[in-house]
Amino acid sequence: MSKKIIAIASAGGHWIQLLRIAPAFENNEVVFVSTEPSFASSVKNFDYYLIPDASRWDKIGLLKSFYSVFKMILKLKPEIIITTGAAPGLMAIIVGRIIGCKTIWIDSIANVDKISMSGKIALRFANIVYTQWPELVKGKIVYHGNVIS
Amino acid sequence: MKRIFVTIGTQVPFDRLISAMDEIVGQLNESLTLHVFAQTVSSKYKPKNMEWTSFMSPSEFNRHLNEADLIVAHAGMGTIISALTLDKPIIVLPRLLIHNEIRSDHQISTCRTFDKLKYVHVIYNESELKTKVEDILTEKIEGSLHKITNFASAELILSIKNELQ
Repeated sequence: MSKKIIAIASAGGHWIQLLRIAPAFENNEVVFVSTEPSFASSVKNFDYYLIPDASRWDKIGLLKSFYSVFKMILKLKPEIIITTGAAPGLMAIIVGRIIGCKTIWIDSIANVDKISMSGKIALRFANIVYTQWPELVKGKIVYHGNVIS
Repeated sequence: MKRIFVTIGTQVPFDRLISAMDEIVGQLNESLTLHVFAQTVSSKYKPKNMEWTSFMSPSEFNRHLNEADLIVAHAGMGTIISALTLDKPIIVLPRLLIHNEIRSDHQISTCRTFDKLKYVHVIYNESELKTKVEDILTEKIEGSLHKITNFASAELILSIKNELQ
């Protein structure tokens, strides 16, 4: 059965990695979410939702971003949230968990020798955490290939 | 004529790479005919030997990537993945915490791993840039090292698909 999915990532490498796993979303109702207005054209056949960006180092930005992610999730009521990071993806995982979504974190392929800081926090909330390096499999962290093939 | 595209991502300046590149373009232009375009974000250094812009749209960015014979970049995953998808030679210099170019030193680890896998050309210091650019453009060493498809591995896509059911 078709599921309602939010696929979220901040601009840059995180977004590029999200698009590379997009074939996995087929036959579901997907809303893409990111921090750059022009990305709507990269996902023409899907709904696109814009949120403000923030890094872990910008406290006020983080609050604004969190409010926007919170509002978006309450409005869209997804069943599953999937993200490739970073901060906005982590927020979505936390909010998603609170309202009972299934949540999936895919740590960036850039994190070759340890899971990212956001990934470590995501571990506490997400149902599944993927690493893209087999050496980093541990506890709840799983490896099933990566975004570059 | 060889085209080089210099990119440092979209978020933070990287003066060390922009200034090093501008300097060597001046030197290399004596023996090679180069057309160099740099996307400099908010770097303080203003290039003299290359065309530049602070920001560009994703479609402009893609056009520059497509036209380039060589990409010179920070070790950001978005840039690396884009270059490998297009089968373009790419030289990366990791941003360093010590110079305030980034918030953590993860680009060094990324570089070491991608270097070992022979996916990209890595320079760990800007002093290695000139030789590397020259060697690639004169085909002394192989430029494009590794080509990837547009999508994640079949294993990852299948695994995620199963989780979404």
